[in-house]
Amino acid sequence: MTGSENTAPESRSARVLREIASGGVALTVLSVILAFVIGGILIAATDPTVQQTAGYFFARPTDMLSAVWQSVSGAYASLFRGGVYDFTAPDFQGGIVSLLSSLNYATPLIAAGLGIAIGFRTGVFNIGGQGQMLIGATAAGWVGFALPLPAGIHLIVAIIAGLLGGMVWAGIVGLLKARTGAHEVIVTIMMNYIALYLLQFLLHTPVLRAPGSQNPQTPAEKPTALLFSVFGPNYDLSFGFVLVVAATIGCWWLLSRSSLGFKLRAVGENPRAARVAGINVNRTIVYAMALSGLLVGLAGVYQVLGQNTTGFGSDIDAGIGFNAITVTLLGRSRPWGVFAAGIVFGILQAGSNTMQVAQGVDIDIVTVIQSIIVLFIAAPPLVRAIFRLPAPGSRPRAARSKKVAEAK
Amino acid sequence: MTTATTSPGATAPAVHTDAQLLERSWKVPIGLGVFALVAIILFVVLGRDGQSVFSFTASNANAVQLPTLPLGARATGIVVSVIAVLMAAGAAVLVQRRVHVPLWYVAIYTLTLVIGFLVWTTTGNTLHITGLLVGSLALSAPLIFGALGGVISERVGVTNVAIEGQLLAGAFVSAVTASVTGSLVAGVIAAMVAGVLVSFVLGAFAVKYAVNQVIVGIVLNVLVLGLTTFLYQTVLVNNQTTLNTPPRFHNIDIPLLSQIPVIGPLLFSQTVIVYLMYIAVIAIFVGLFRTRWGLRLRAVGEHPQAADTVGINVARTRFWNVALAGAIVGLGGAYFTLGSVGPFSQNMTNGNGFIALAAVIFGRWDPIRATLAALLFGFASNLQSVISILGSPVPNDFLLMLPYVVTIFAVAGVVGRVRGPAAAGRPYVKS
Repeated sequence: MTGSENTAPESRSARVLREIASGGVALTVLSVILAFVIGGILIAATDPTVQQTAGYFFARPTDMLSAVWQSVSGAYASLFRGGVYDFTAPDFQGGIVSLLSSLNYATPLIAAGLGIAIGFRTGVFNIGGQGQMLIGATAAGWVGFALPLPAGIHLIVAIIAGLLGGMVWAGIVGLLKARTGAHEVIVTIMMNYIALYLLQFLLHTPVLRAPGSQNPQTPAEKPTALLFSVFGPNYDLSFGFVLVVAATIGCWWLLSRSSLGFKLRAVGENPRAARVAGINVNRTIVYAMALSGLLVGLAGVYQVLGQNTTGFGSDIDAGIGFNAITVTLLGRSRPWGVFAAGIVFGILQAGSNTMQVAQGVDIDIVTVIQSIIVLFIAAPPLVRAIFRLPAPGSRPRAARSKKVAEAK
Repeated sequence: MTTATTSPGATAPAVHTDAQLLERSWKVPIGLGVFALVAIILFVVLGRDGQSVFSFTASNANAVQLPTLPLGARATGIVVSVIAVLMAAGAAVLVQRRVHVPLWYVAIYTLTLVIGFLVWTTTGNTLHITGLLVGSLALSAPLIFGALGGVISERVGVTNVAIEGQLLAGAFVSAVTASVTGSLVAGVIAAMVAGVLVSFVLGAFAVKYAVNQVIVGIVLNVLVLGLTTFLYQTVLVNNQTTLNTPPRFHNIDIPLLSQIPVIGPLLFSQTVIVYLMYIAVIAIFVGLFRTRWGLRLRAVGEHPQAADTVGINVARTRFWNVALAGAIVGLGGAYFTLGSVGPFSQNMTNGNGFIALAAVIFGRWDPIRATLAALLFGFASNLQSVISILGSPVPNDFLLMLPYVVTIFAVAGVVGRVRGPAAAGRPYVKS
């Protein structure tokens, strides 16, 4: 990932300047535009009216062009309406609901994304977000519906249980990697399935299944364990979002200010050099996985105590464990980058629901747009080639700068 | 980030063999011992009385029929447990004498335990061995294609996490193409083209733009999943009859060979795709280790700089071999639709690509071993469905879990610190 190459000391302001100059921000914006253009083409191409009018394109081309405009602009307008601000709502309260719901969607994505980012920065690929979320959600959810605890303490205990659940599940992978060298990509994938079937099994036993229910579904969470709304019932923003902001600050501090964070990054940059420098690489990997799982566990906590409080099944992870990987990549594994990327994805997710209802555009178009954004961002030279932008001019010799850009 | 895909153990390949001679690794005997203990608990302590009947009859009426084999549950359990304990002790003796425990030893051990488990769990029932194996091969076929593609791709130095995406793309495109044209051949070719297209993106990003390969792979999986689901929901669902009713391959009996009991219906009464799979396994094995193509491919994957020095074009070799891998995986995608159920359905590969990836690593980047690993996964998941129908004392979910637990044991214990192709996952930037 970029950023990690900047081994030479460089002041933050200088870096920001250089990034803008070399088109880092511009590239991100252009990538997003490109992805939306491709998404628009897909929406238009699959629109029945467009297909119909395309039949007599040469007789009356305006018909098709207006149909294309109708379908694409309608889709993206409703995406904005559902994700950022509902301009059709009569008052501010009704309009801002969209953004708040986006932030709520973003909450678990940011939490899990931060966890995966810590793994990435240590050079560990945590593909096991699904499993860690399931275990975290199960632990938090069980505490939430089964233990009779006073308000306040109940929520805290439930959150801690969820964090520990995710941490243990990922920690196993870290230990296996450190002790036996087992490849973490394989082990985390396997742990996803094991968590899924473990949860399914428990959902068939009285441990988790709601009494008297035939469905593999838990009872509803007790109100004392729920993540409350920060601004009251009119402006629904979950306390989970506050937790995630705190987690982002914590991760930023950990990675850029703490000694453990330095070790994590050192192992991520070059494990051999880290070992020579006296860092216990294996132990650092275990810490990285455990921290990673802890944060992914937070996403699981939010799912059961904030998002889906009426009892959960084995699909409680809602694909967030995998989506968070894309969020992390978009955020370039930096805490605030992940935060911003999570909000972008939250907006897309909330907006896509409105888009499907209002315009009949399938939700999965958002998945396509998201992955295309990340693909373009991963390859700056490609975006530069498409828009015929010059290569970053920070280096005097053109040939050299090209090579540096390609190396990224 | 580029070092992330290599395990820490891979950092010292030079002393690997020496370290093996000096250090005694007790992982294998301990692993075998643990499973022997499980065997004693399950088969002896929790032993069941009764009989399990192994039937070898085939649906294929031409085949020579074998008599059924009744096995006493408790007696078999005791015998299996004793063998397991003895073999675990034998492994310990081997390690004590600093002899590496061979793979076939572990394989025989595993087979013994599987037989013991089968007898224990199907007590009072008849188990159709042929049906069990035929079903296993059916589930393994796409895994094998995926694993073969993965082996080629990783051997040439490009980590291929996009197997899942290639399978899904192949499944989607083959179903649509075969429905529109009515031609199975066109469907298969289209599936291969789809796999190649995904590979082109992977190759372009990983080789030309030197983007981290695992990242490109993950994103490609998401992209293909999103794209196929979107198109399925918007286009296919409304036009099922015209766009999503492909013809299917029929089983072809090979004369004489298909009449061998058990093996005949298993191996020689299959669809064209499965026969292509046999050819692919053998061709890739021979190609990788016996031809100039394979030598160059492996050289690029192990030491791109050296390969470059002797005049091999690293970027081109990588790009086109990743494309080839995509074609093979795409063919596996066609198996999901044209080779088995027919119509495409949303996310129908359902994580099989990741299992294939596990098979690649489990099989130590060797086409034959990876194929065996894929067969093992296929067997395990089919065993689960067969046993759940017969009714087993073990909860269904634990049976479903079993292959994944075993994989973790295998990756952590038996395979341990494996060394993949040295340059896999690292972009090569010519300097």
